[in-house]
Amino acid sequence: MTAGGAVSAAEAVALIRTGDTVMVGGFGLVGAPLTLIDALVEESDATDLTIVSNNIGEPGKGLGKLLRQGRIRCGIASFFTSNPEAVAAVNAGQLEAKLLPQGTFAEAIRAGGAGIGGFYVPVGAGTLLAEGKETRLIDDVPHVLEWPLRADVALVYAARADELGNLWYRRTARNFNPLMATAAAITIAEAGEILPVGGLEAESVMTPHLYVDRLVARREQ
Amino acid sequence: MSSDPRQRIAARAAQELRPGEIVNLGIGIPNLIPGLLAPAAGVFIHTENGLLGVGPRPRDEELDPDLIDAAKRPVTALLGASYFDSADSFAMIRGGHIDVAVLGALQVSALGDIANWAVPGKDVLGVGGAMDLVVGARRVIVTMTATASNGEPKVVPECTYPLTARAAVDVIVTELSVFRLRGGALCLTELLDGVTLDQVRQATSAPFRVELEA
Repeated sequence: MTAGGAVSAAEAVALIRTGDTVMVGGFGLVGAPLTLIDALVEESDATDLTIVSNNIGEPGKGLGKLLRQGRIRCGIASFFTSNPEAVAAVNAGQLEAKLLPQGTFAEAIRAGGAGIGGFYVPVGAGTLLAEGKETRLIDDVPHVLEWPLRADVALVYAARADELGNLWYRRTARNFNPLMATAAAITIAEAGEILPVGGLEAESVMTPHLYVDRLVARREQ
Repeated sequence: MSSDPRQRIAARAAQELRPGEIVNLGIGIPNLIPGLLAPAAGVFIHTENGLLGVGPRPRDEELDPDLIDAAKRPVTALLGASYFDSADSFAMIRGGHIDVAVLGALQVSALGDIANWAVPGKDVLGVGGAMDLVVGARRVIVTMTATASNGEPKVVPECTYPLTARAAVDVIVTELSVFRLRGGALCLTELLDGVTLDQVRQATSAPFRVELEA
């Protein structure tokens, strides 16, 4: 990102197009970019979306709002169960669900951002979640081939940013955010606080600004 | 010992933890363990959403919306704690850096196979970190009641529920007894206070060896 600071949430989410794959940070609602999700819900018409997020929000909260609008075609997640409405949508055939073990989900996003074409993990071998996936023995242990995940747009939340787009996450609100920031064509970061350049100590930058394309100030939740 | 089976199980499982160990606790009975550990127990609690050094529940004035455990409950962080992202957290798990995972189960088989994420015929839409933990942790301790609410034994010859992983379990603690997997064989190693071998046999459908320790 070049220096220039924040844009409006509406302007930022206008980059999301119908049919896009969108990564959304957060573990449940903690660390979720709630201002950006609200803007996507209220100010964008993009639909037929594939959402990559650990959970599909909660009923009527976070991504749960977008789900109620029927704008999510497919979810890639480790835990749909935290939103019973997402489970109901899957059972009604309205939402396609791709379930991954949480560590595989995280690593697939990391791989997507790091230019890795796939990886083998022992996790899931011999279970329902390995059905249809290539499995091979590595050191005599069955491993499952998993593919990287990438997105058109990533929506992430950081407690602090500087105007260049360097990010700093707070406590367990970090979770999937730094990974997703690396794995999308366009990364939009929502920040609780936007500091002048130099406001973050260089050693404490967790996501360097080269990953960040747009910066949006968090609206008071 | 407590007459509440869940407390009894948690208290016995807590005795399996050794000072200095890195421990990940699942939802349910395992989450009772921190309240039962002596302050000198010296274990470090890891939660897969990105914290090593989980402390006690916060008092109201300590509540922090950015500080939760994997059950999404508010927690505190102890001095010496660290935070990390989800890929790092699961690298710790898969990479064998977590000494012990304590978690619940629906069924455990005579070979140590575990089923703990899905009930057949119901939604199979939430796996979370269960598979990563049972595969990656160096020791897997299952805490569960010996039988399900319908009376069916949970230590079974073979899992009929969707598997979480094969041959992953090291120790099973129920309100009746402790089983250990030794060389791939299920062994009854301890009867909890006041429990008879017959009671364990009735509550267990898996074959097992009896190797009671003094």
